[in-house]
Amino acid sequence: MSLLVVLEHDRGTWNDANDEALTAGRGLASDMGEALHAVLLGEGAQTLSDQAAQGGAEVVHIVSDPLLVDYGPEAYGQALTDLIEEAEPEAVMAIGTDRGNEVLAQVAARSNLGFVANCLSIDPSGDVWSVTRAQWGGSLLEDATLAGEVKLVTFGHHAVPGEDCDEPGEGSVEVFEPDLDDELGLSIVVDRQVQTSGVTLATAPVVVSGGRGVGSEDGFGILEELAELLGGRVGCSRAVTNNGWRNHSDQVGQTGTRIAPEIYIATGISGAIQHWVGASASKRILAINTDAEANMVVKADYAVIGDLHKVVPAISAEIRRRQA
Amino acid sequence: MRILVCVKRVPAPGAKINVTDDGQAVDTSNLGFTTSPHEECALEEAVQIAEREAGTVTVLTLGPAEAVEQLRYAASVGAGEIILVPTDGRSWDPQRTAAAITEAIQTSEVENGTYDLILFGNESADSGGFQVGIRVSHALGRPMVNGVKGIDLEGDTVVARREVDGGFEIYRMPRPAALGIKEGINLPRYPTMRGRLASKKVELNQLDVDAETGAQVQVKLHQPTENISETVILGTDETAAAAVVDILEEIGVLS
Repeated sequence: MSLLVVLEHDRGTWNDANDEALTAGRGLASDMGEALHAVLLGEGAQTLSDQAAQGGAEVVHIVSDPLLVDYGPEAYGQALTDLIEEAEPEAVMAIGTDRGNEVLAQVAARSNLGFVANCLSIDPSGDVWSVTRAQWGGSLLEDATLAGEVKLVTFGHHAVPGEDCDEPGEGSVEVFEPDLDDELGLSIVVDRQVQTSGVTLATAPVVVSGGRGVGSEDGFGILEELAELLGGRVGCSRAVTNNGWRNHSDQVGQTGTRIAPEIYIATGISGAIQHWVGASASKRILAINTDAEANMVVKADYAVIGDLHKVVPAISAEIRRRQA
Repeated sequence: MRILVCVKRVPAPGAKINVTDDGQAVDTSNLGFTTSPHEECALEEAVQIAEREAGTVTVLTLGPAEAVEQLRYAASVGAGEIILVPTDGRSWDPQRTAAAITEAIQTSEVENGTYDLILFGNESADSGGFQVGIRVSHALGRPMVNGVKGIDLEGDTVVARREVDGGFEIYRMPRPAALGIKEGINLPRYPTMRGRLASKKVELNQLDVDAETGAQVQVKLHQPTENISETVILGTDETAAAAVVDILEEIGVLS
């Protein structure tokens, strides 16, 4: 028996979430007293088997089929469902990325098994597992139990930091070729559009955000200026996108982007929980707000209690002065 | 073009989410309710498509009797039919929820015909199970893609865009199909006075269906422990800029 960990890639490009998956997988497999297996689907999967072994996988299942060349939730879900019948793992685990949660939900639907998304901790002792999982994007926790022949779970993305593995696994490759129905090819990626290159909101080292307090679309000019000086990106709160001042792709929060910069500069943002869960992985938070009691100020590491329209340009001026 | 949107009534919390004494639910005694944000956008998208394609929009919710409030709201922004699948008021697990919604949709389709598009939210704002729409679509035999932030219709083909870091993935599916929508696909409209008045005349269709409980059982809700350190106040006006830049230098984000 085994714990089967689902790894992500695009045509052989390793996804960083895999380091989290293998780290969480090693811990869970050890708690279960089972061997750690990994699975990679699609074109280029084979080239990553060594990397999976380095992460502790004893067996690496390579699943290949013409329908699996590019990602497709239903084809991937059915292929994994077939692999589960073949390899008989005791549990299947992924990281709760968009794909991780989607693929395991597809497996759950196809096998009529329970599936618990975004776990923070799992106690696999006993036939019925006890888990703690994230509700409200992590603002609230739920203790739950999960029954079933095969357990399907994801760990929340960023819940378990990826760590190097001291004892690499055997990594013996087992190729599995499922017999997939062409109907499963209806929902497959057929093309890609590149929208931005370079630093994105999710990966920026500095994020300078504005909330309702910025007051207008034009008000973001001073935030753009500061972000550019710091090689960062501009973010915003939901109030801002709802007002049409910024595009939703700039929104930080539960229904926007989750950020993890070196420093988050939150200006004119009160800090409702839905915003906070998107920002809480920031290493440091500086709040600039006229309201000293604002949730964002209370939770920040540093704060300036003042008018962002004056403080932000002053910061930019000070940076320029020191750089001159 | 017949479009169905499945929505969920959720509390609208502020700075903190409190839990009831028995740990079984969010304490909503001081909270309003709203439609889960991704689903509010799914509804707006459905209404826009229906306007372009001369279609109809039906909205379905599984929830307590009070969820009629969210159905009426949906009617006030353009839904022509509303369906309530009533629960006992407690939170249902994902498998039970999906099975009941599946049966309700099947019942509705027998009476009125197949929905060309079924739209869900990517995940609910509260329990966030990431699976009900996918389970329903599979049970109905419809292709489904989650995380969609753009829809174009080309004849009988649905072209869906899904945001990935730095771009989009493109999917092409034949109708009937199902999509999980993410906030940001559009900016939902507010109801007009005329819409509000019209919504009162929309007939409520109630479908009483239930299903077996699933493998996941909620035991208790609780708040995460937070390590909140004391906030260092750097100043109360623009003279704080020097102290701010000192910190930026110290942590190495100034080149």
